[in-house]
Order: sequence, then structure tokens, then C-alpha cells
Amino acid sequence: MTALKEVRPEIQAGPRRLKVSLKRQEAITGYLYILPWLLGFLAFTAFPFLASFYLSFTDYTVVSQPRFAGFANYAEALSGDDLFWGSLRRTFTYAIVGVPLGIVGSLSCALLLNQQLRGTTLFRALYFLPSLTPLVALALLWQWIFQPDFGVLNFLLAMVGIDGPGWLSSIEWALPSLIIMALWTTVGGGQMVIFLAGLQGVPQELYEAVEIDGGGAWYRFRHVTLPMISPTLFFNLILGIIGALRVFTVAYVSTEGGPAYATWFYILHLYTQAFKYFNMGYASALAWIFFIILISFTYLQVRASRHWVFYAGDTG
Amino acid sequence: MTSRRPSLLLYLLVALLATLFLGPFLWTVGSSFKHPTEIYVFPPLLWPQQMQWQNWLEVWRQVPFARYAQNSVGVTGMAVLGQILSTTLVAYGFARFRFPGRDFLFMVVLSTMILPFEVLLIPQFLIFRELGWLDSYKPLIVPFFFGAGPFFIFLMRQFFLTIPLDLDQSARLDGAQSWRILWSIILPLSLPALATVAIFSFLTHWDSFLGPLIYLNTMEKYTLPLGLRFFQLVADAGGAPREHLLMAASLTVSLPGIVLFVLAQKYFVQGIVLSGIKG
Repeated sequence: MTALKEVRPEIQAGPRRLKVSLKRQEAITGYLYILPWLLGFLAFTAFPFLASFYLSFTDYTVVSQPRFAGFANYAEALSGDDLFWGSLRRTFTYAIVGVPLGIVGSLSCALLLNQQLRGTTLFRALYFLPSLTPLVALALLWQWIFQPDFGVLNFLLAMVGIDGPGWLSSIEWALPSLIIMALWTTVGGGQMVIFLAGLQGVPQELYEAVEIDGGGAWYRFRHVTLPMISPTLFFNLILGIIGALRVFTVAYVSTEGGPAYATWFYILHLYTQAFKYFNMGYASALAWIFFIILISFTYLQVRASRHWVFYAGDTG
Repeated sequence: MTSRRPSLLLYLLVALLATLFLGPFLWTVGSSFKHPTEIYVFPPLLWPQQMQWQNWLEVWRQVPFARYAQNSVGVTGMAVLGQILSTTLVAYGFARFRFPGRDFLFMVVLSTMILPFEVLLIPQFLIFRELGWLDSYKPLIVPFFFGAGPFFIFLMRQFFLTIPLDLDQSARLDGAQSWRILWSIILPLSLPALATVAIFSFLTHWDSFLGPLIYLNTMEKYTLPLGLRFFQLVADAGGAPREHLLMAASLTVSLPGIVLFVLAQKYFVQGIVLSGIKG
């Protein structure tokens, strides 16, 4: 009897211990699999993130050790740097004008392609092609289209009696030119494909219900389509604006920020400060200001969206 | 939608839009086949009188261009390889194992998606400088062997989660190790997701400009986007017209993406739609 009693707890503990060690084994294996990311995250994301915060409070030009400078860099950006506010304003103009136009364009194309016309797949592919152009190639192709004297655009405008501007070489038209280039690549690209998928997800019964009510096309769009695809709209809007605020390559290649700083965007400014003048401390402050702007902007968008985004299955 | 007439109008509209999207290609492709004497003329010729096919070959004889292409293929290939390998392992870890802090760490992965890389740019540059990696391809490749690209991790994990656990379990009962399960059960079922990751990873690295611009100094090491930029500066420096060659070069660089799209349209759409759904 006593012997059995002594044995029993061990019999019970056996599988449990096995279970514990299996669990631990699983955890270790799991950690091993995510280890590449964990190391990369610490070395190339977390550490640089903190380091750039620290650097933004220092005076650092690579040749000497970083020297603590308090808020000097931030003060310089907000009140000393002639190009700071201008670059911010131009960047926001580019995003606030370009992105809504792009979204209206993409949505219109998607609505059109959603009409069950024959050849839709082909047209979708054709619309998508411009978005596959690498950015540097995009800049070069459009430089030649915009060429004021021998380019095709001013020639076409001349045919309808318009004396075309200097486009990329004109102070007034350089920024609009870059917006036109951006529209060409974004309207038929990923945004449109996402909208198309969103539209195809709208239940047909809803349209039929409205049709019985006697609603016209605009009514259907306003009261069925738009609310149903509002999550997609919201997603495209946020991503579009964030992407546009980061504009760099196209401006760097096609205008180098000119003429007369007309396309001197924020990241161009940051790049120049960091990698032309090696003002690493100051450029880090610029990076953090940018980060704070992006984060607060995203936050505001998410908050505002509660008023106009409708998630199916949501009651409030 | 019910009557015939509007549908004709719709076709006209669809075709008009197609012209807007394709027109710029038409003009630049036409220009790429022009004779140098046809470049600076007014009114411009929409299409060359005689196709100068050799323009597209001439680009390759501009010696550095072949070199740049080689560099781009190498860097892109390595970065894509690293991204596929590390993304697969990490996503597998998140999808199939229970360990303390897993959900928190995955939240970290997701939150790095909205972190603009511009904030990290300067310290990363300083780290790579410290490591002696400037003017080498390492900064453009190594991070991708360490799980850079959180969206791809997210995408792969989501895909792995759709594969029934029973398959793993029966293999495990047969005594299969976890990497065996990954290799012979999970991966063969994940080819669509792998293709999507490979395609978008390729496009990103092929197109990459800011990274090479910062890290590569020696001209012989330039990738195609940097090389194109360099070509542009040379062409702008004056002399004989070079626009036909610039157009041929730009279109050549655009071609791999377009070919990939034609071959694998399905995966493009899949990847894009997946990216939209997470929002």
C-alpha cells in the first residue's frame, strides 16, 4: 500500500513534466525561428530609432564626437532654417492636392472597370502598366514628355491653341508637373486594384434593394457603394498621403528640388542636410519632426475616420 | 447598365483612359527608336521615319550600362533571396509556435510597418560606416537576411495560418522535425504567397534609389537606377542629342517589371488586395 502511494505522484508527474518540457521545447524552437527578425529589429530598427532621437539633440558632423546641444536643432528648424517651412508647405501641397485627385481617379477607373464590360481584364492590365515604371525611369520619361520645345505635351497643347508652360523648368509649373507624373503612376496602380476588389465585395442585394426604392445611379453610388467601400477609401487615403509626404526620388532626379526651390520637398531637405552637409544632428531633428508629423497625422485620420468609415457588421 | 447606349459611352470612356495611360509610353517608345536628327525637331515626330533598332543595343554598348545591369541583378537577387528566406522562417515561427511574448513581438512587427524609414536612415548609415560597409552592397543586402520588410512577414504569417494544423500534427506524430514540416508540408502549399513576396520584393529592390545613392560611391558599383541618373547627367551635359538613348535605357530598366506583371498578374492582384484587407 505505502509503496504504491509513493509511486503514484510520480506516475502523475511524469506526463506533466513531459508536457512542460515539450512546451519549453516549442518555445525555444519558436524563438529560434524568429531570431533573424529579432536580431535585425534590434540592430537595424530599435537601436537606430533611439540613436536618431539622441542625435537629434546633438551637434554632430561625423568628423568629431556628437556634442549635446539641447533643443538647438529643433529651434534651428522651426525658426532659423529658411527652407524648413517652405519644404514642409510644398510637401503638404503635393500630398493634399495630389492624393485626393489620385483617389478620385482610381475610384472612377475602378467603377468603370466594374461595369462588366468585355475586355475588363485587359484594360485593368493596361491601366496598371504605368505603376510598374521604376521611379528614376519615370522621371526620365516624363522629362522628355514635358520638354518645353520638343516635347509631345506642349505640341499637343499647341494643336488646341494653348501655349504650354515650361513645366519642370518653370517655377509655377514644376510642382504641378510632379503631381501629374504621380497621378499617371498611381491612378491605375495598386489603389485602383484595391478599389476594384472593394467594389466586387459589395453585395448585389443592396443595389437591388435601392433599385426597388427607385434610386438612380448617383443615389446608388452615394448610399450603397460609398459607405460599403469606405474602409478601402480610408486605407488608400492614409497610405497615399503618407507615401506622398515621403516624396524624394522623382524630385531628386527630375528637378533636383528646383527651379528656385519650387520642388524642394522635406525629405530632399533632410537628405541634403544629412548626406551633402553631414549635419547629422540637425538632420536627425528633421527626421524626428517628420516622424511626429506622420504619426499625429495618421492618428488624426484614424480618429476622423470613425465619423465616416462604415465597417460591415458594425452597429455604431 | 440596362440599355445599350450607355454601354457604348462606357467603352469610349474606358478606351480614352487607356490612351491617357498608354500615351506617354507611345511617345517615349517612339522616341527611343528615333534617329538623333529626329530628336530636336518641331513639330515633334510621334513615330520615327525609320526604326533605329540599334538604339536599344547602343545603350548596352555604353559600357557602364551593362555593368550597372549586372550589379542590379546581383544586389536585387541577393536581397530578394534574403527576404524570402528570413520572411519564411520568421513567419513560420509566429504562425506555428507558442512562446512567451509572441503576440507582443508580432505587434512590434506590425508597428514597424508604419515607422517611416527616414527616421532610421542616419543612424543606420553611421552603423554601416562603423562596420566599414560604405561603398559596398552589404547595407543593401544584409538587413534583408534579418527580416527587414514587416509587411512580408505579416503576409506570410497570414498565409501560413490558413494551412490546417492537422497536417503539421500528423507529420509530427510521424516524428518529423519542425524544419521538415516547414520544408515538405508548409512551403509546397505556400507557393502563391512565396510568389507574391518574391514579386514585390523584386520590384522594391530593383527600383531602390535612395539606399544605393547613399551607400555606393564608386561608379563601377552603381545599380541601374543610379546608372540611369548618371546617364541623365551625362546626356544633359550637352553635345549631341541623347534623348533617344535615355528613353531606350529607361524603358529597358522598366521592362523586367512589366514582363513579370504580364507573366504573373494573378500574384500582383493577390498581393495588392491582401495589403488592402489588413487596413
